[in-house]
Amino acid sequence: MRPFSYARARTEQDAFSTLAQTARGAYLAGGTNLIDLIKLEVAKPDAVIDINALPLAAIETTPSGELRIGALARMSDTADHPALRSAAPAISQALNLSASAQLRNMATIGGNVLQRTRCVYFRDISQPCNKRRPGSGCSAIGGDDRKMAILGANDRCIAVHPSDFAVAMLLVDATIHLRGPAGERTVPFLGFHRLPDDPSRDTNIQPGELITALTFMPSALTRSSTYIKVRDRASYEFALVSVAAALEVTGGTIRDARIGLGGVAHAPWRSREAEAVLIGKVPSRDLFTAAAEAGLQAAVPQRLNRFKIRMAKNAMIRALTSVGMPA
Amino acid sequence: MIGAPLARVDGRAKVTGAARYSYEEQPAHVAYAVIVTSTIAVGRIASIDGTEALSRRGVLAVLTHDNAPRVRQDAASPGDRKLRLLQDDRVLYDRQPVALVVAESFEVATEAAARVRVTYAAETPATTMNAPGAVTYEPPEANQNPADSARGSFDSAFAAAPVRIDQTYVTPTEFHNPMEPHATTAAWDGNRLTLYDASQGVFDRRKSIAAIFGLPESGVRVVTKFVGGGFGSKGGTNAHTALAAMAARLVGRPVKIVLTRPDMFGGHGYRPRTEQHLRIGADTSGRLLALAHDVRSQASRFENFIENSAVISRMLYAVPNQVTTHRGVRYDVATPTFMRAPGESSGSFALESAMDELAYATGVDPLALRLLNYTETDPDQHGKPFSSKSLRRCYAEGAARFGWSQRPPQVRATRTADGLLVGYGMASSTYPANRSSSAAMATVHSDGSAYVTSGACDIGTGAYTAFTQIAAEALGIDVAHVRFDLGDTLMPEAARAGGSQQTASVANAVHLAGIAVRDKLAAAAVADAASPLHGRRLDDMTFARGRIALRERPELGETYVAILQRAGVSSMSAFAEAKHDRRVKGPYSTHAFGAHFAEVHVDPDFGTVRLARMVSAFAAGRIVNSRMARSQYMGGVVWGVSMALHEEGRIDERSGRYMNANLENYLVPVNADIPEIDIVLVDEEDPHVNPLGIKGIGEIGIVGMNAAVANAVFHATEKRVRDLPIRPEKLL
Repeated sequence: MRPFSYARARTEQDAFSTLAQTARGAYLAGGTNLIDLIKLEVAKPDAVIDINALPLAAIETTPSGELRIGALARMSDTADHPALRSAAPAISQALNLSASAQLRNMATIGGNVLQRTRCVYFRDISQPCNKRRPGSGCSAIGGDDRKMAILGANDRCIAVHPSDFAVAMLLVDATIHLRGPAGERTVPFLGFHRLPDDPSRDTNIQPGELITALTFMPSALTRSSTYIKVRDRASYEFALVSVAAALEVTGGTIRDARIGLGGVAHAPWRSREAEAVLIGKVPSRDLFTAAAEAGLQAAVPQRLNRFKIRMAKNAMIRALTSVGMPA
Repeated sequence: MIGAPLARVDGRAKVTGAARYSYEEQPAHVAYAVIVTSTIAVGRIASIDGTEALSRRGVLAVLTHDNAPRVRQDAASPGDRKLRLLQDDRVLYDRQPVALVVAESFEVATEAAARVRVTYAAETPATTMNAPGAVTYEPPEANQNPADSARGSFDSAFAAAPVRIDQTYVTPTEFHNPMEPHATTAAWDGNRLTLYDASQGVFDRRKSIAAIFGLPESGVRVVTKFVGGGFGSKGGTNAHTALAAMAARLVGRPVKIVLTRPDMFGGHGYRPRTEQHLRIGADTSGRLLALAHDVRSQASRFENFIENSAVISRMLYAVPNQVTTHRGVRYDVATPTFMRAPGESSGSFALESAMDELAYATGVDPLALRLLNYTETDPDQHGKPFSSKSLRRCYAEGAARFGWSQRPPQVRATRTADGLLVGYGMASSTYPANRSSSAAMATVHSDGSAYVTSGACDIGTGAYTAFTQIAAEALGIDVAHVRFDLGDTLMPEAARAGGSQQTASVANAVHLAGIAVRDKLAAAAVADAASPLHGRRLDDMTFARGRIALRERPELGETYVAILQRAGVSSMSAFAEAKHDRRVKGPYSTHAFGAHFAEVHVDPDFGTVRLARMVSAFAAGRIVNSRMARSQYMGGVVWGVSMALHEEGRIDERSGRYMNANLENYLVPVNADIPEIDIVLVDEEDPHVNPLGIKGIGEIGIVGMNAAVANAVFHATEKRVRDLPIRPEKLL
């Protein structure tokens, strides 16, 4: 760990102006990822600006009926929020399957979306890594790649995004609210996380910007959703693969579908291929199997993780069965 | 008092934080040291520059091989250690110490350590057993056992056997990871050194450190009051302990060092990877005719530790024709060491998996197969009788509690309502009942209290409590008035907390010391005309609640307090030693035994295995404290599950670096992985093993549990996993 200065921001403007005075300042929310990375010297901020005092922790239903999750809402408060649980059960489930109770009590929703990969080569500064040091190479390729990506990877980076929550958020067409020195903007959640064209960039957030909230409009689709997480042990571990699925079934036909995959790519992975197979069809085991095949069609395994393809397909079939053909 | 489920006497101190662990010692003017470790597995330090580190405010010293004081780095024991103590530029393993930064605070030392600039002339490491450059060798011994053994004629018996199993089983490199990382606080007073060290044996540590620094043993005091788990990793002396002493001498102040979690995957040892070739020949009824167990054990280039995996196969079953061998395979890794049930835990996976394979091959129930091959005598010691063996009752009581008779013989035959595959598995367990010489001192004070000491270590097992009970019973004083203290080389010398031997070794010494002081008190009363016991015979007396009385006339007697007060002394003490030479083989073979039964549920879509039920039954002679014994067994069982499903050091075969050097990626079970564990304590009286009839229980809990789980997985899935851990991909 390198020495850094610490400041507590009272307002957003305060945070922006304090950050502007630093060379490599970083915002601190729950700290469950940043502090780790500082200790490992993966992150080397010269200043840490604590934003926990900003009024961004509310979870509320807006007058228009949207659900709004403040960026500083803790994972645990979000998971247990009754409005969220009925609006999108998959999000609630994904949060409760994340980390540990202690971590969920600290970690924030905004921080969760921005958390960095758990790739062991990224987190060990003795190893080359294009994400940490662009151009130095990817040590995960040809190394211990069991947990690495099977979709959307390239020869620069095969790391995966660790968040469960972000995978479930793919189901609800969410909007990310950002505010920075240059003002406010909104971006769709989908597309916020990047594939590793430039591995040093995880997301499209701009320097100095803060996530202030995530919003989405609950619908019949989002209310009929579920999240399945597969891992080596029963709890307290990141996903080997995970699937978030939402189906809107009326009159025995699938009107709309959303499929998200976790643990498989540099970003939470929306499978439009699987969705396309489902929409307009009658739910059946065969249909779900076909969707899973389509969803993993493009998968390219690493040396040690071919199993993830089958595991992801089976997880997708199970998730779809659970929302589409409940027992 | 012996056998009672007494709560831990140190429990309150532990939960309130009053218990002081080695790193929590805070001598005046203490400084903090942080180790810089190598990032290559083999090569040479080309350059090392501590200038920037030294320039940080608060940094007192930067030690490298260029400036470190010269010491004897090949002098440590036990385990034939050759430590890496900044004496030369060679790097022999990943995370080897290459520099040490001493500073006013831990934080400054940590930051400065990251500023030490090291460049390496790296060589290409051999990182697997089969890599070019890996060298197989015949070890002089296998962890204090003969490396090889033979009886009968294996080759012809195996060739003629109608049923043959011929398989190779693999256990991975595993790291101990006790919750308390290794830690040392070192303080010099002139030429005398005091070490507060997280250790499993203060006398071993004293001997090693004295030899490294060329000091007389009397010049070194080692104190170990509390240890947050050792599991073998704190048995041998490791580099950080010597480096703390080296740094303290150099800066002229006390120095403390604690390892980081990634450091815990470095040079203090680990369970080596094993590749075990098992060949079993049997007749069609399942009776064993021949068994060969050939072990290849991961080894370092520079030391000789070998995992003695085949030792269990020499004695567990009646096999007339047998051969076992151990070979080391040297490559560019740190040296392995003892890790909970070294040998038996990895070896039982191979043996008990192979026995399960034989059960399916012959159609004999796995439990019936073990009973068919039961041996009442030790085939490894020419048929010597066991001092006691209650394995039949472990099988019977465990099987009854588990409902083994309900097991369907077919594989993949049962599912839960959720569609999970259900499997039952079992395995036998055993561990030698060892013992070493130990001594103790007991004192009874004129206020009726007692103080008893022995230089043992409590590594979390409950030694404080167990020895308090032993002392209380011997002294005839209630446990509430007995204080037992340990963990200091100023105390009588005791066996180390390792090899499941400490309780049996030290208890016998504590018992003798208690009896001796009690008898002294009685003798004083007998000799004193003013005593109601004057002129009475010792044999006619009983000792209880701090009072001596005549057995036949309990109202006739007096208290220890009265005897001491009348004698005008503040206390009486006695020293006693319970001698035992491990090299001298007695008339009996001494082992504890047990049996595990496990039910697993396997998700056929994901290959994930979860334990549903576990029943484990053990017979280990006299149990000193049933509550702590149960906990000890449970810990072993959990670790067996961990070994079966979770633990694995994952080496990057290009660099030789273990890449999962943290508790995020080095998996152990969490609470959600472990259902209720049903431990059955099978009563056993052993009049031969030692005077108190105690067998150790530290290791046996883990032995065989990995195989019980793997066997249950086979029953559930029809998939035989012969290389641990059983990851989902091996079942998909």
